[in-house]
Amino acid sequence: MSKAPTKVTQGLLHCERPIFAASVPGRSGASLPTLDVPEPAADAWPAALRRASTPHLPEVSEPQVVRHYTRLSQWNFSIDTGMYPLGSCTMKHNPRVADVAVGMGEFARLHPYQPESQLQGALQLLWELEQMLAAVGGFSRVSLQPAAGAHGELAGLMMIRAYHTDRGQTRRRVLIPDSAHGTNPASCTLNGFEAVQLETSADGTLSPDTVRAALDDEVAAIMITNPNTLGIFEKHVAEIAEMVRGAGGLIYMDGANLNAIMGRFRPGDVGVDAMHYNLHKTFGTPHGGGGPGAGPVGVSERLVPFLPVPTVNRSKEGFTLDYGRPKSVGRLRSFFGNFGVLLRAYVYMRELGAPGLARVTDLAVLNANYVRARIRDFVHVPHPDMCMHEVVANDQNLRSTGATTMDVAKRLIDHGFHPPTVYFPLVVHGAMMIEPTETETPDELDAFIEALRSVVEEAHKQPEQLKSAPHVTGIGRLDEARAARKPHLRYQPAGEDES
Amino acid sequence: MRYLPHTESDIARMLRVIGAESIDSLFEAIPEPLRHQGALDLPPALSEGELLRLMGELGAKNRPPSSSHLVFTGGGVYPHHIPAAVDALSLRGEFSTAYTPYQPELSQGTLMGIFEFQTMVCELFGTEFANASMYDGASATAEAVLMARRLTRRRHAILAHTLHPEYRQTCETYVAGLDTADDESLQGCPATPSGQIDLEALEAALSDEVACVVVQTPNFFGVLEDLRPAAQLAHDAGALLVAVVNEPLALALLEAPAAMGADIVVGDGTGLCTQPTLGAPGVGLFGTSGKKALRAMPGRLAGETVDGQGRPGYVLTLSTREQHIRRDKATSNICTNHGLYALRFAIHLALLGREGFVQLAQLNLAKATYAREELKAKGFSLLFPDASHFNEFAVRVPSGDACEVLARTEKAGVTCGIPLARFYPEHQDGLLIALNEMHRREDIDRLVHTLATEGGQP
Repeated sequence: MSKAPTKVTQGLLHCERPIFAASVPGRSGASLPTLDVPEPAADAWPAALRRASTPHLPEVSEPQVVRHYTRLSQWNFSIDTGMYPLGSCTMKHNPRVADVAVGMGEFARLHPYQPESQLQGALQLLWELEQMLAAVGGFSRVSLQPAAGAHGELAGLMMIRAYHTDRGQTRRRVLIPDSAHGTNPASCTLNGFEAVQLETSADGTLSPDTVRAALDDEVAAIMITNPNTLGIFEKHVAEIAEMVRGAGGLIYMDGANLNAIMGRFRPGDVGVDAMHYNLHKTFGTPHGGGGPGAGPVGVSERLVPFLPVPTVNRSKEGFTLDYGRPKSVGRLRSFFGNFGVLLRAYVYMRELGAPGLARVTDLAVLNANYVRARIRDFVHVPHPDMCMHEVVANDQNLRSTGATTMDVAKRLIDHGFHPPTVYFPLVVHGAMMIEPTETETPDELDAFIEALRSVVEEAHKQPEQLKSAPHVTGIGRLDEARAARKPHLRYQPAGEDES
Repeated sequence: MRYLPHTESDIARMLRVIGAESIDSLFEAIPEPLRHQGALDLPPALSEGELLRLMGELGAKNRPPSSSHLVFTGGGVYPHHIPAAVDALSLRGEFSTAYTPYQPELSQGTLMGIFEFQTMVCELFGTEFANASMYDGASATAEAVLMARRLTRRRHAILAHTLHPEYRQTCETYVAGLDTADDESLQGCPATPSGQIDLEALEAALSDEVACVVVQTPNFFGVLEDLRPAAQLAHDAGALLVAVVNEPLALALLEAPAAMGADIVVGDGTGLCTQPTLGAPGVGLFGTSGKKALRAMPGRLAGETVDGQGRPGYVLTLSTREQHIRRDKATSNICTNHGLYALRFAIHLALLGREGFVQLAQLNLAKATYAREELKAKGFSLLFPDASHFNEFAVRVPSGDACEVLARTEKAGVTCGIPLARFYPEHQDGLLIALNEMHRREDIDRLVHTLATEGGQP
C-alpha cells in the first residue's frame, strides 16, 4: 500500500511519505571528521563477520531531514498545540526551562561509568529529588530507578513479594479494584501473583466490606488508585489499609493521579507501603509521544531493605551509589534511572516549591469540578458529586442517537481539542474521562465545554456528522482492523511490497 | 506562578458555578483526619534566573568530559556526536509534548516516526519486525528472556558471562518474580581465553529445559562474537538464540544478528540518539522474525493502514498483546516506552544515511585500532590478544591494579576507562577502554602516554 499515495499537499496539509521514499544513492546528511590515524589493516575485521549487505538507511541531505520531520511534527497534536484533556494522563504544560537545564553540558556529557567523584553534582541532584518526592508522598525512601509508571509498579510489587518471602511467607494473591489501570494486573503476573478483581461500589469507591470478604492469609497486597480512575477519592483508604495490614498484607498505591492530592493528602501517612510517581504526569516532564517518562517508587520503612539497587547515599565524604543492599530485589535496568527525566522533575519542583505544588493541586481540582458542573446539563455524569482532578461522563445521553463515545471523541477533534480518554475506566459504559489539568485557563475550559455541548447536540440532529468525523484533519478515521489483520510494520520499497 | 493562569476573580467565578464556598471545600471528600496539615517540607520556590544559577552551581560539581578532561568509558553507552538537527527537531513541542498516539488522526507525525524507527531497527538487526522501543538494553534483554520462555514453554535461560553484567542482573530481577522461577532459571556460560562464549561449556549446559541462550556482540569486553555456532547449538537443543547489541554502530560492519541465526535481537541505541546524560534516558531496541514471535513480542507497534478514502496512514496495532486490553494475560506490562528517543535515533540515522553510517563505524574502528596498537607498542598486553574488536577493548595494566591506575590518570586529566574489577573480580588488572570518532589522534596519544606514565610497572 505504500506505493499508491493518493494524498497531495494542500496548503499546510502536507503529503509526506516515509523518509526512505526520498532516498537517492550517494546523497548524505552526515558531518564526519577526517581520519587522523592510520587506516586499520585489512584484517582488523574478520572476513567471516563482515556484513554481507550494509543496512538500507535513507540517503538524504540535512535540509530534507529537517523538512521531513518538521512536516511530521505539524501532523501532531500536542499540549503545546492545545488543550489535551486526556484523563489519567495529566497533560499539563511542560516548562521550557527544563529543556535548557537538561541540555547543560555539565549534565548532558556525563558518562555513567565515570568515577563517582566526578559525578557529585548529579548525585546530589538525585539525592535531593529523593528527599523532595518522599516529602510529597510521606514515604521513608524513594527509588529513582524505574523508567516508567509500569516499571515502578513492577518494582513495588517485587519489594512486596520480597518482604513476604523474607518473613517466610508465600502469599499469592493481590486485590485490585475493577477500575484499575491495565498495568496493575499485568505487573502482578510478572511477579507470579494472581490478580483478584474487586467490584467498585455504587458510590464509585471501594467498600471496606468488599475488601474484607476477599481477605485471607493468601493476600500479599491490595493495589489502590487514589483518587481512583473515576476521579473520586477513596474515602475508606485508611480503614482498608488497616484491615489489609491486619491480615498480613501490604498496601500499594498507583500514584498516576497524584496531581489531585499534593499538599492535601500524603499516602504514606495512612499506611501505604509503596507508591509509584509518574514524573511525566504530575511533575511536568514531557510525554514525548510515548516516553521517556520516569516512575520512581516511594516506600514505607518496612520495605526500605528491599529497595532496588543502586540507591544514592550521603556521607561526610560526599554522595555515593549504594549497591551493597543484601535484601534488595536487585537491579531493574542499567545505570541509575532516567536521569534526564529526573533532572527535569527536579527543576519543576525547585521552581514551584511547597506552596506552588499545593496550588497546582488546588487549581487542577478546581478546573475539573468546573468542567463537571457545566457538562452535567448535556452529558450524563454517573457520579455527579464533587470530583478530584478528573471527571468521568458516560454515553447514556447518546444511546438514542446512534452516535458513540468514539464518534464524540472524533468530532471534538474538528473543534480543535484532543479528545478525552475514552472507554476507560472499563466499569463505566462508553466512558469519557476528562482531566483538564491546572494549566488551562477558564476561557479554554469554556471553549472546550461549548465544543462538547455542540457535538452532543449535533449527535441528536445530525449523527452522521459525528460518524464521519474528523473532517478537518489530513487523514480520516483509519482502518485499525486492517492494520491488525495484515500487519505492515516496516517500510517496503516500491516493488517489494508484499501486501 | 507563571504556569498557573487563574486570577482571584476567575477562582471566585468558578467556585460560584460549582456551588462551592472555597477551594478547601473541594477537598471535603478527603476525611478530615487524613488531611495533611501545614506546608510540604520542600526547599523554597525559585525564579527561572535563580533556578538556572542553582543548576549551574550543581553542574559545576560534576567533571564532564572536555578537551582538558579526556574520558574513555563505554561499557554499554558509547558516546557519539549528536548532530544539532537531532536536538532541534526532537525538541519541537509537537513531538515532545504529545502523549502516546491513542488518537491516530492527531498523531500521524509520531506514528510515522515510529514506523521509520521500526524499519531502521529491522535493517540493522536483520529481523522481520521491530517494536516501537523499550526502556533500555538491560530491560529489553530481560523481556527477551521472558518472551523466549513464552515461545518455548521452557523455564531456563543461559546467559553468556560476557553479557553486560548489569543486563545479567536485570534478567535475574525480572525472572525472580515468576512463579515458575527456580534456582536453575538462569545459568552462566563462561568465556574462552579469547574472550568469546565457550561453545563446549554451552553445549554441556543446554538441555530440554533451556528456553534461550543470550549472547552479546560486541560483548562486554568489546570482543566480536560469531553468533552462528552458538545459534546452531541452541537450535539443536530446541532453544532460541537472543542476541544483544548495545553498540548498534558496529552493525555497519558486523553481519546482521538475525542473519547469523539470532531469533530475537535486542539492544540499546543510547549513544546514537543522545548525549550520555548519565546513561539515560536512551532507547532500548527489540526485534524478531516470524508471525508467532511477533504475537509474543512485548511493547507497542505502529503499522500502516488506510483511511476511508484509501489514503495511507499509521496506527498503533496488534494491541491485543498489551496490558490495556489483555490485563493479566499481556505479553508485558510496558506501556510508556522511550518514543522520543526512538525518534531521535531515527533522525540521526536518517542524517547519517547508508554510507555515513558505515563511514562513522570505520572511524570508530580506526581510532580504537590505533589506540590498541599504540598501547601494545608501549608494552601493554591485551586481556584478549587473539580477539577482534570494534571500538572497545580491554588492556592489562602492568601494576596489576586498574582502579589505582585510574585514580592516578584521573588526576592527570584522563579518565582512561572502566576498571573491570568493578564487575569481574578476576580481572583486577583489566581496564576497558572505549574510543569514538570524537577522540582526536592527540587525545589518543595523551591516553597512551598517561597510561604508560601512570600504569606502573609490576
